Amino acid sequence: MLADENSFEEWDTELLTLDPLDFPGYEGKLLEAHEKSGTTEGVLTGLAKIEGISVVLAFNEANFMMGSMGSVVGEKIVRAIERAIDLRLPVVIFSTSGGARMQEGILSLYQMAKTSAALGKLAENHLLFISVLTDPTFGGVTASYASLGDILIAEPNALIGFTGPRVIMQTMRQELPTGAQTAEFNQEHGLIDLIVQRAEMRSVLARLLRYHQEGVQYAATV
Amino acid sequence: MLQLFDFEKPIAELEQKIAELQKFSAEKDIDLSQEVSILEKKVTFLKKEIYGSLEPWQKVQIARHSERPNFYDYVPLLFEDFIELKGDRLFADDRSIAGGIALFHGTPVTVIAQVKGKGTKENIKRNFGMPHPEGYRKALRLMDQAEKFGRPILTFIDTPGAACDLAAEERGQGEAIARCLLAMSGYHVPVISTVIGEGGSGGALALGVGNAVLMLENSFYSVIAPESCASILWKDTTKAKEAAEALKFTAQDLLRLGVADEIIREPLGGAHKNLRQTAEEVSQAISKYLVRLRSETSEMLRENRYQKLRAIGVYQEISEKEISEKSIDILEKDLTK
Repeated sequence: MLADENSFEEWDTELLTLDPLDFPGYEGKLLEAHEKSGTTEGVLTGLAKIEGISVVLAFNEANFMMGSMGSVVGEKIVRAIERAIDLRLPVVIFSTSGGARMQEGILSLYQMAKTSAALGKLAENHLLFISVLTDPTFGGVTASYASLGDILIAEPNALIGFTGPRVIMQTMRQELPTGAQTAEFNQEHGLIDLIVQRAEMRSVLARLLRYHQEGVQYAATV
Repeated sequence: MLQLFDFEKPIAELEQKIAELQKFSAEKDIDLSQEVSILEKKVTFLKKEIYGSLEPWQKVQIARHSERPNFYDYVPLLFEDFIELKGDRLFADDRSIAGGIALFHGTPVTVIAQVKGKGTKENIKRNFGMPHPEGYRKALRLMDQAEKFGRPILTFIDTPGAACDLAAEERGQGEAIARCLLAMSGYHVPVISTVIGEGGSGGALALGVGNAVLMLENSFYSVIAPESCASILWKDTTKAKEAAEALKFTAQDLLRLGVADEIIREPLGGAHKNLRQTAEEVSQAISKYLVRLRSETSEMLRENRYQKLRAIGVYQEISEKEISEKSIDILEKDLTK
């Protein structure tokens, strides 16, 4: 795996999802997602070590409603970022998400603003955020925190975009060319920094983290 | 001819009847004033009844009305001056977003708005109010200037959503929107966002990170278009009406959910029935919030905006102890079965 063995200490497992809009079928979907994924929500956050370097780590659980972002996912990410500021640690987020969660309506939409705002505070504190985009990352997650990394990394062939290909087809009657929205397409259009295979991810992250550790900067900038 | 919805037909029929009676009475010189006055009372009552209890889907129809005032309609009524500034300095000028410097009650402000066209020709020019990344980057450029020169930012939201085509993907639609969210959350100047029509998803939110979010009475602001929601939920776009109810996206819902701060009254039947009156209400609401925000220091403006965002979301928090007690409960129940 990516983090050092037994180094992951999960946070905020006690945040439970409600059904604020009384949305048709949402409670059933949540139960189903819980059974399918074994987790309580679509993102896990916590403290981890990568080659001995402490980081705040978050990653989506794709089996929980496609890692979509509702109130709890947004809140967990924000709390993780705020704790990173308190602990003066870098943040690494692995995204796999269909976007904002429809079933929580406007509350989901504003999680985009809320997570982005928290990253603003992180940046102000000169702390690193590495965003890793895995297959697939779309919608409200692409249009918020996942695109705001100081460094954007994607996995090979991962599909990354704002609007999903099916929706583009349906609404615009536009068939996307082969290879559109892949990590390679995104890199070619200047939208991501690096394409890294999962096997290499740990060592690439470790190098990047090391070069951003406190104390290694040129003194005058501190 | 004004676009007329099914639910408005009883009103239109009565109004037509009144017009006919008046014409008849004038032609034949017969006094029908009593009959007319009865019908007029009836029409007033009917309007209040119909427009006073609009369902979410009916509000969607009004918010999307072809005669719904757009940003440019409001400009001469809201501002003493408006200098439109164009382009993102990177790629193009997106005409689905307008921005510039305006004079509002004597104060220079930066104004950013999504703009839908009127009629097909203008709508094509404005991409039906669906901005591409260059639109959001223009907005960002102008908002950054507002921060630099200490001008309040007024945004006006009216979009079905961000452009969703290949070009938008190639130029980084997600990143363009995300940058707006990040930047807006950090400004030291007052930001007031007003939803004047449709608030379509992330494309709308990109201008929605305000200290105050105001909504016109018949506007809506949603994570997803009701048609798309219906298509996902029931594989049936004709069930948009049901989706509109499920999504809880009216101004009244958003006020309750802590996203909107104020509902701006519209004339009976919608903003298009009386632009001047609507603009006056919008002007008063914005002015009220600008005055209120003036008492905050630049640091407070920023921190209060952050705390407002921070508080959005509904969830339950239970302690580890409660979790273990719960699982013991479940275990015990299982055992007794």
